Amino acid sequence: MTEFKSALGALADPGVPAAALDVTGLDPAVAVAYLRGMLAIRCAEEAIGTLVEEGLAKTPCHLAIGQEAVAVGVSASLRTSDRVFGGHRSHAHLLALGGDLDGLFAEILGKASGLSRGMGGSMHLYAPEVGFHGCVPLVGATIPIAVGAALACRLDGGDAVAVSYFGDGAAEEGVFHESLNLAASQRLPVLFVCENNLYSSHLDILLRQPSDRIARFADAHAIRALTVDGNDVLAVAAAAAELVAHVRAGGGPAFLEAVTYRHRGHVGPKDDVDVGVRRTMDELTLWKRRDPIERLAAALRAAALVTGDTLEAMHAQVRARIRDARARAEAAPYPEPAALLAAVYRERR
Amino acid sequence: MSAPTETGYGEAICEAFEYLLGNHPETFAIGQGVWSPWYVGNSMTGLDEKFGRHRVIDTPVSELACTGAAIGAALCGYRPIVIHPRMDFMLLAVDQVVNQAAKWSHMFGGQNAPAVTIRAIINRGGEQGAQHSQALHAWFAHVPGLRVVMPATAEDARDLLVAAVLSGDPVMYIDDRWLYGRKSALGPVVPRPLAAEGPRVRRSGRDVTLAGAGYAAWLCEEAARALATDGVDAEVVDIRVLNPFDPAAIVASVRKTGALCVVDGGWAPAGFAAEVIAAVAESGGSGGLRRPPVRVTLPFAPAPASRALESDYYPTAAAVVAAVRGLLGQPAR
Repeated sequence: MTEFKSALGALADPGVPAAALDVTGLDPAVAVAYLRGMLAIRCAEEAIGTLVEEGLAKTPCHLAIGQEAVAVGVSASLRTSDRVFGGHRSHAHLLALGGDLDGLFAEILGKASGLSRGMGGSMHLYAPEVGFHGCVPLVGATIPIAVGAALACRLDGGDAVAVSYFGDGAAEEGVFHESLNLAASQRLPVLFVCENNLYSSHLDILLRQPSDRIARFADAHAIRALTVDGNDVLAVAAAAAELVAHVRAGGGPAFLEAVTYRHRGHVGPKDDVDVGVRRTMDELTLWKRRDPIERLAAALRAAALVTGDTLEAMHAQVRARIRDARARAEAAPYPEPAALLAAVYRERR
Repeated sequence: MSAPTETGYGEAICEAFEYLLGNHPETFAIGQGVWSPWYVGNSMTGLDEKFGRHRVIDTPVSELACTGAAIGAALCGYRPIVIHPRMDFMLLAVDQVVNQAAKWSHMFGGQNAPAVTIRAIINRGGEQGAQHSQALHAWFAHVPGLRVVMPATAEDARDLLVAAVLSGDPVMYIDDRWLYGRKSALGPVVPRPLAAEGPRVRRSGRDVTLAGAGYAAWLCEEAARALATDGVDAEVVDIRVLNPFDPAAIVASVRKTGALCVVDGGWAPAGFAAEVIAAVAESGGSGGLRRPPVRVTLPFAPAPASRALESDYYPTAAAVVAAVRGLLGQPAR
């Protein structure tokens, strides 16, 4: 097997120390909201990991720990009238949009009060009230669905946009190419967001593709693209703001590639340094130095925008809320047996 | 008064599109070749000019993305019809049909479902060979959450398309180029709920039940006419709706006739004819079958290209007549 050279350079090389975040001129309220948003996702994902470790959740949970900056940065430019679709690793996308934490935990435990009424589990989440219209684990499957949602946005005549989240592995699916081409040829209002975490379930991107830069596919389809440090929430938010404005204004599709890294395995709460080809403990340790939450917190502390105490308090608040969500989910009832057949068809014979 | 004008099957499909696009602003058509008679015959003639190319969208050669896009638009309140000019090519879109459209309602707890119609055209014969020929309705009849209809008459070609598009569920609508010349006198469109549609007795008879869907239903009718000249009184059931399949009309018919011949344009193993026979057999008292049921299906081989083999490959009304004679213990003619 050929191993190719990185085109992303320092963005994908954790041996290169990441630059400190520049918070000058940033509204402190916005910065703190980003921090709180990422922390809420981190703590929720850790609590979900605990549910898996305790055997309470069997549904495959793909955790976004380490990748929080992408969902938080992108969501900052979105409205509830936009139409967002995700993939197998979408707890973060949902929570960053303001999706209901109680509903998420209940869904993960297969309870009737879950976001999908207990019928979907971790990989099928639905919260249209915040603009999240569904996620599914077939890699790449929601990319054309988001393109169709963009077609609906255009037929509606407003300025809503569709957003498609996917990973670097999805770029290896044929439907990715078909969807970019369809969106470009129809000039549809869709933002493609690739969370390039450099691994498919287990295999390093340079063992799968001749380049680790996924935005090259956008170039091939004449789609405006930006590649950013996906562990820098400010960089993600700035790029997303620019691209969403372009899409909203009728400029056609856009593509955001956010280079990041997951701290946990493809599925479940373990590190998975043993199963990844080249995913070593050394690499993981280096990437943790680029932790998106630590980086923003350090910048905010350095600029005296937050103190250690406010951070502590924020953390405690987030954790308390998650404990509540877990307790409510554990106490909630399972779906009634009739739910098995109730929603196969919407219209009854 | 002049006799009512008869409308062909292809034109009847076009009438359904005109009705839908004219009366339901949330409908649109998307697929390869929809601006071209080369792909869709006379079934979509002039629609792009009449309703605009923003609602009748010809697409890149991307079955999978176009089907996914139709599903995505449907999830946002539209009622798209995605057109696959050949069912063979639609196989490139199966993830979106089977994993996404069919399951969306169930896996999200019934909170949303794509009201998408997936139009798959069976286009075979004419030395087109193995990949321009398939009738794969049985695959999709297997999948919960999907509705599957196969119109056999011009009236159904129009009315089942209207019902499919106005249904709240994803529907696969399978039409057949071999039926495009078939004509019916059509009244005005009166929309009926698809969930209320099912198999229908096309011809009443006492001696044997013939059942088929789409072109096979037409073969059953042709065979019944031929058998009648020899004093065999065949009942014909046009299956029409394969998923969800309601076998009641066929079960009732076999209780009366005691004999069943199922004609199907697909292959026999795990095919739709087997489903029909199983439904009858498990309906109690062996379904009233007084003789072993028979199937008339394709030989278990892909379609050949050579005309010499092709003429043996596809079932004919004569083959159905011969099968019924065998079933009834009558000598072949």
